[in-house]
Amino acid sequence: MSAGPSSAGPPGAIRPVSPLLPEPAEIVEKRSFGADLHAFRLRLLDPAARPRFDFQPGQFNMVYVPGVGEVAISISSDPDDADLEHTIRIVGRTTAVIERLGPGDVLGLRGPYGNGWPLQEARFKDVLVVTGGLGCAPVSGAIDYMFRRRASYGHITVLHGVKKPADLVHASRFEAWRRQPDTTVVLTTDQPDRVWRDRTGVVTEHFEEVELDPSRTVVLICGPEVMMRYAIRILRRRGVSDDRIFVSLERNMHCAVGWCGHCQLGPEFVCKDGPIFPVRRLGRFFGVHGL
Amino acid sequence: MSHRRAEEPTPRWLARAELPRLVAALRAHGHRVLGPVVHEGSLRFDDLPASGELPGGWRDEQGPGRYRVSRRAGEEEVFGVVNGAGSIKPFVFAPREPLLQIEMDARAGPGRPFRAEPIRPDAERIALLGVRACDLAALAVQDRIFLRDRFPDPSYAARRGRLFLVAVGCTRAAPTCFCASMDTGPRPHAGFDLALTELGSGGPGGTAGFVARAGSEAGAALLAALALDAAPAEALAGEEAGYQACAAGMQRALPRERLPGLLYDHLEHPRWDEVAERCLSCANCTLVCPTCFCHDVRDEPALDLQGSVRVRQWSSCFDVEHAQVHGLNFRPHIRERYRQWLVHKLASWIDQFGSSGCVGCGRCITWCPVGIDLTEEVAAIAATSPP
Repeated sequence: MSAGPSSAGPPGAIRPVSPLLPEPAEIVEKRSFGADLHAFRLRLLDPAARPRFDFQPGQFNMVYVPGVGEVAISISSDPDDADLEHTIRIVGRTTAVIERLGPGDVLGLRGPYGNGWPLQEARFKDVLVVTGGLGCAPVSGAIDYMFRRRASYGHITVLHGVKKPADLVHASRFEAWRRQPDTTVVLTTDQPDRVWRDRTGVVTEHFEEVELDPSRTVVLICGPEVMMRYAIRILRRRGVSDDRIFVSLERNMHCAVGWCGHCQLGPEFVCKDGPIFPVRRLGRFFGVHGL
Repeated sequence: MSHRRAEEPTPRWLARAELPRLVAALRAHGHRVLGPVVHEGSLRFDDLPASGELPGGWRDEQGPGRYRVSRRAGEEEVFGVVNGAGSIKPFVFAPREPLLQIEMDARAGPGRPFRAEPIRPDAERIALLGVRACDLAALAVQDRIFLRDRFPDPSYAARRGRLFLVAVGCTRAAPTCFCASMDTGPRPHAGFDLALTELGSGGPGGTAGFVARAGSEAGAALLAALALDAAPAEALAGEEAGYQACAAGMQRALPRERLPGLLYDHLEHPRWDEVAERCLSCANCTLVCPTCFCHDVRDEPALDLQGSVRVRQWSSCFDVEHAQVHGLNFRPHIRERYRQWLVHKLASWIDQFGSSGCVGCGRCITWCPVGIDLTEEVAAIAATSPP
C-alpha cells in the first residue's frame, strides 16, 4: 500500500488483535453431577494470559472446541482461584463434544464477557437469591463468593426450585450453605418423590415464608424467564424496588462482543450490556413475549 | 488514519467525456476501480472496463416488490440508476469472512492442543465510484458498530481502511426512496473522498458533466492532479436545484422524530399480526439493507481434521434459529421476527449506536418479494396513535 494523503476513512486507532481469538486451556479436573452436568476446572496453557481472564462472578467465557464450535458458559469458580471453572450442561452439539473430554484435554477460552452480579453493591445488605431449574450455575459462584466473605453480607436466603428431585444438582452445596449462620435455604420441587423431604410446588409459592426488609435487601434471580417474571411481581408487592432486583438473562450468542446481533433484547445486547440487569433497566422490554 | 476536510473548497467541473481520466487517475494511485454496472437485470458495483467508461442511458423503475432497469434512447446520464440490490456493505462487512485459522496437532479426536491465528483480508485498495448519500450514511452507521464500540473488529477495519469513496449525489429519486425524511440525502455531506453531481447541462456551452468536490486530503490531491477548471456558477445553481427537486419529489417518508417512542409504545399491536400474514421471513430485506449487521460465526473443519477455519457469515433476524438457544426459541413466530427487525432498525438502534439503523435507501421495499413497505407499516401503527 503506497503512503499517500489519507482518504475518508473512519477516525480512531484500530487495535490489531482479534477479540475472537481463543486461548488454549487444559482441563485439570472434571466433576460430574448426574448424566448431563459437569464442572470443568481449566488452566490456561500460557500462565501469562491469566490476568486477562480476571472476572467478576456472573461473567462468562466463550468455551471453544476446535473444529466444532463455541458456547457461552458462565464462570462458576471463585475470582481468587488461579484455575477457571465452568459448569456445563449438555444441551447441544458443542456441549455434547465437551462432555467426552476429561483431564489432559485442551479447550479454547476467550473472555471474560458481560458484567457480574452486584456483589459490591450488596455488601452489608441482606441478599435473597432466587433460582429455578438447572439455571443455578451462573449464581452459585456468587453465593460461594459471599460465603467466603461471610462477614461482609447480612442475612443470605437461597430459594431454589427444581422440576423433579433429580434436577437438584450440587445438593451438597445447598446443605453446606444451610449450615451457615444467618442463612436460610429453601428447596422445592414440582414433582416430589418418596424421599424428597423439602418443600413442594414452584419456587414463587414459597416467598411468603421468606422474611425480607425491602430497604436492605438485594435480590439476585436466575432461571426461566417466566419464573423471574412471577418473582418480580411478588417482590414488587413486598416493596422491593426494581433497582434492587437483578436478573441474569440467557440469549443466543455467537461473538460475545456485540457484533453478531443474536442476543438482543430491545436496546440491550445481553452479551455486553448484561447478562445481568437490574429490572429497572430492562423496563418495558422484559416480559414482552417474543421480544 | 484521520478524517480531515479538504483544504481546497472550490468545486470543480468534470466534463462527462473526462470521466475516464478520473478512473485512470484512481488506477494510477493503485486502486481497483468499481462502479455501477448493470448485471443480470440489476445494478451492482463491478470492475469498470479498461477504457474507464460507463455506459450511459440506463434507468431504473422501482416499486414495492418490483425492480427493472432498461436503456433509454436519447438518455446519456451515466449515473441514471439510483441503486440496485447491492449496497457497498459487502466491501467492508463481507458476506463471508474467514476470521481465524485453527491448527490442531495430529492426534485424533477433540481435546487436542491447537493454535489459532487471525486471518486478515487482503489489502487490495478499492475505489468505489458512484456511492449514494444513503450508502455513505449507512457506512457511518456500520463504522459505529464495528469500529467505535468497545471491541473494534480488525477484519472490518482492514477493509474499511483501503476504500476510496467517490460519491454521486442523487438528483432523481426512485419511488421507494425516502432519504430526505431520514436526513441522510440526497446530497452527500460527509464521509467521501470525492463527491460528484451529474448534470445534463451547466458546463461551458451547456455541456453535460459533473460538479466535483473533495472531502478528504486524498480527494483533494486527486482533483488537483486532474487540473480541472472551477465549476461554472450555472452548474452550481443547477446542482442545488437538482437536490431540492429530488428531495421534494420523494414519494415516501418516515416520521423520524416520532419513531422510537411510537414503536416502543406499540410492542403489542394488531399490525404485527397482520404483517406476519404477508411476510415470508425470507430475509431479503436484511440482505439488501446497507446497515444490517447480524451474522453467524461457525467452524468449518478441514476434511483431515487437522485444521479448521472460523468463518463469519451474514445471517438475519428473520432466520428461524436467530434467537434460538438449546431447545428454546425466543422468537419462534414471524410476527416476533418482523417486530424485532423493524423496532431494532428504527428505534433500539438509536439507543445502541446513537443513530437510526435506517438510512432511507428503500431497498427493503423494492426487494421484498411480497412488497412489504416499512413506511406503510409505520404509518399503520401511527394511525392508531395520534401524536
